[in-house]
Amino acid sequence: MTTSTAQRDVTALLGMKLGMTQVWDDAGRVVPVTVVQVDTNVVTQVRTPETDGYSAVQLAFGAIDPRRVSQPLKGHFEKAGVTPRRHVGEIRTANAGTYSPGQELAADTFTAGQVVDVTGTTKGKGFSGLMKRHGFHGVSASHGSHRNHRKAGSIGSSSTPSRVFKGLKMAGRMGGARQTVLNLTVHAVDTEKGLVLIKGAVPGPKGGIVVIRSAVKGASNG
Amino acid sequence: MGKLDEVAQGQLKSDIPAFRAGDTVKVHVKVVEGNRSRIQIFEGLVIARKGAGIAETFTVRKVSFGIGVERTFPLHSPTIEKIEIERKGDVRRAKLYYLRGLRGKAARIREKREN
Repeated sequence: MTTSTAQRDVTALLGMKLGMTQVWDDAGRVVPVTVVQVDTNVVTQVRTPETDGYSAVQLAFGAIDPRRVSQPLKGHFEKAGVTPRRHVGEIRTANAGTYSPGQELAADTFTAGQVVDVTGTTKGKGFSGLMKRHGFHGVSASHGSHRNHRKAGSIGSSSTPSRVFKGLKMAGRMGGARQTVLNLTVHAVDTEKGLVLIKGAVPGPKGGIVVIRSAVKGASNG
Repeated sequence: MGKLDEVAQGQLKSDIPAFRAGDTVKVHVKVVEGNRSRIQIFEGLVIARKGAGIAETFTVRKVSFGIGVERTFPLHSPTIEKIEIERKGDVRRAKLYYLRGLRGKAARIREKREN
């Protein structure tokens, strides 16, 4: 998988999820959109196979109080000739050579109608039961059920194998994990305000950092 | 959330008359047939307004050939050409769902007196 990513030209932006709203399309239909603030991303480093062994472009986004930037990071941003940013992310792309440190990428990197994948960190759900976490059906509400309505039932057989298999679906920490939603459509782009409107939902809470990148699957990939 | 509101701001209508549940309205709806569009009027009683901002909707109920018909419109939808208020109703609730169970005389709403 890594090789296929590296061989593909990817356009991407980091952004902050502002939340969802709705807009109307030309036909007067309601379109649910997620508003992502991308402002301008800057290129802070370009990874090349010669120096780093792979090809990628490092993007930075978001305002930060300059006093709060650590000295090593300050040096890193200085090298690229940009002011420090809050978030930094790396995008594997074959055409990394076409980027140069300090280059600015605005919202118009994407066009309306383009198909994109969006990666974010899902909302943390805490320690969740298996009905919520894995979609188990639980146990009947009646018919003699007693205090086991949300239990899993059996978790395996007895003396053979005398243990519980690894990876068995049970209750535990849910959410707060990286997730990618594939094939969302860019509904509109507002370069002036630095916004990208994406049709549908994207992972994470409001204020969460998301990565928008050109779709890995589908027709748009050529 | 300022920027999020801005996205919707441009789509909000400013020419919406003040109406509430209990009022009788005529909704002029743009209907596209093939490549030409015409205006269709849906007249009835507003039984609910719900939601806020760009997502606000209202429900209009009428009895057509003895069958109750309800239609929910997004308030700021561009397909709504115009909303005309025919009659102000005197009601004491915001949601008139109880009218669904009533017919004829019982389903009448008093007109609001202006003094």
